Amino acid sequence: MFDLRDLYQQVIVDHNKSPRNFGKLAGADRVAEGYNPLCGDRLKVYLRIGSDDSIEDVSFEGEGCAISMASASLMTEAIKGQPIDRFTDLLRDFQHMVTSDLAETPDERRMGKLAVLAGVREFPSRIKCATLCWHTMKAAVEGDRAVAKTE
Amino acid sequence: MTIDVDSLRDEFPVLRQEVYGRRLIYLDNAATTQKPSAVIDAIRHYYEYDNANVHRGVHALSERATAGYERAREKLRDLINAASVREIVFTRGTTEAINLVASSWGDANVRAGDEILISEMEHHSDIVPWQLLCERRGARLVVAPISDRGELLVEEFKARLSERTRLVGIVHLSNSLGTINPVAGIVALAHDAGAKVLVDGAQALAHLAVDVRALGADFYVSSAHKMYGPTGIGFLYAKSPLLEDMPPYQGGGDMISHVTFEKTLYNETPFKFEAGTPNIAGAIGYGAAVDWLNAKGVQTLAQHEQRLLAYASQRAEACNDLRVIGTAANKATVLSFILDGIHAHDLGTILDREGIAIRAGHHCTMPVMQHFRVPATARASFAAYNTFDEIDVLFDSLDKAREVFR
Repeated sequence: MFDLRDLYQQVIVDHNKSPRNFGKLAGADRVAEGYNPLCGDRLKVYLRIGSDDSIEDVSFEGEGCAISMASASLMTEAIKGQPIDRFTDLLRDFQHMVTSDLAETPDERRMGKLAVLAGVREFPSRIKCATLCWHTMKAAVEGDRAVAKTE
Repeated sequence: MTIDVDSLRDEFPVLRQEVYGRRLIYLDNAATTQKPSAVIDAIRHYYEYDNANVHRGVHALSERATAGYERAREKLRDLINAASVREIVFTRGTTEAINLVASSWGDANVRAGDEILISEMEHHSDIVPWQLLCERRGARLVVAPISDRGELLVEEFKARLSERTRLVGIVHLSNSLGTINPVAGIVALAHDAGAKVLVDGAQALAHLAVDVRALGADFYVSSAHKMYGPTGIGFLYAKSPLLEDMPPYQGGGDMISHVTFEKTLYNETPFKFEAGTPNIAGAIGYGAAVDWLNAKGVQTLAQHEQRLLAYASQRAEACNDLRVIGTAANKATVLSFILDGIHAHDLGTILDREGIAIRAGHHCTMPVMQHFRVPATARASFAAYNTFDEIDVLFDSLDKAREVFR
């Protein structure tokens, strides 16, 4: 029997309540905005790229459901201090995880804490809540000034 | 008059199901209502016995299809007390009806410097077509604000009416707040200023008895699927002299009387505005929905819904972590709310697993959300087949959400 806790795991609830890396980032050199026109969720990510092409610092702000807030918070934790290439890999792995077949067990070794978001697969209407921050971060990393959208 | 809700529910096949092992509790009626067997059967009967194109065949089926289609038009005329069936144009729904007016009447009558006045509580479909019109014509869209109860501020509305106002767009029953606007008074004010009025009746006809002539509306628009009818069909009511003067909206078959490559003569109203093969089955289903509403009595159904709304509002008031959005003195069918610390989408997902269908989001009224400074609300909206027991389950289920986010 499906349990709501599969979606709203304690980690998600915690990150929603106290999102990490929340707020404007002083000295950010990349900013991108994301928007989900379906539900009106909006978020903004800030990024500072180091001289070694790594994500030196990252933050986000915005308003949305628990899934979108927790996903953004967990994402910033996962990519802070990582090389940009690692972000690109994680983005691909994350997209795969949230759209994969339910029978597939998420690869916790690769995904780390992000694996808690695999539960959205059960909720097709909520997948975009989890991916909005990743689309937005991709736009920031690529220096794209247009508003990232889930649609 | 009271209604027997149990026997009424038996007329809705969709309600006889479980979702995730729970009895379905459908509280998303402002998005679309469920359909009684009478409507489903009428559509099925049409396809099984009468399916043919309208207004052109000489054979029996075409004559039956035409008669059914035109009977539906007459039923709508009767429902809203229009003067003539020629004032009823079938459209895909409310949205298309508003776009029709904005394009056809708007392009012919709105000039640079003119103004279109709408309220802050309009649905996007009563905002965007006017924005597009204003862009095309160099006109200005003016917005009359609402109070924190979700009521139109009539003095503010008056202050924005002027000789520049060409048209007022006003929602009859707000889909996100439940507010019933004092349409007759608004029409009188607008007419005094020389403006026409379009009333968005998408939510109204399932819950209110509407008489367009008593209201004085120049245009009245609605959709079948929010009043127990099928999707993909709605209507535009327009006063005859306005409709006669309006240029065609779309060109094609059925809307012409004579075509040469040099010149086309248009068909008479309302056919001038119904290019192409229409949604015949939809219109026939719409007619069946109107019959169903009349048989039950809109006011009888509305009384039951008012009791449901009063009970739900009372239960909402008892929650100290719940804020109702939209507390107009005159409202119907809609309970929009937010729960402290729980986003409407999360609540929607959690309630869904309890078998409860509500809407979570901006309800296509983003300016209303901006007014109340909320990103989204949860919305329970009631129809004639809802019960007090269902409202109890809704409120008891809020505890599940509180538990998850504790």
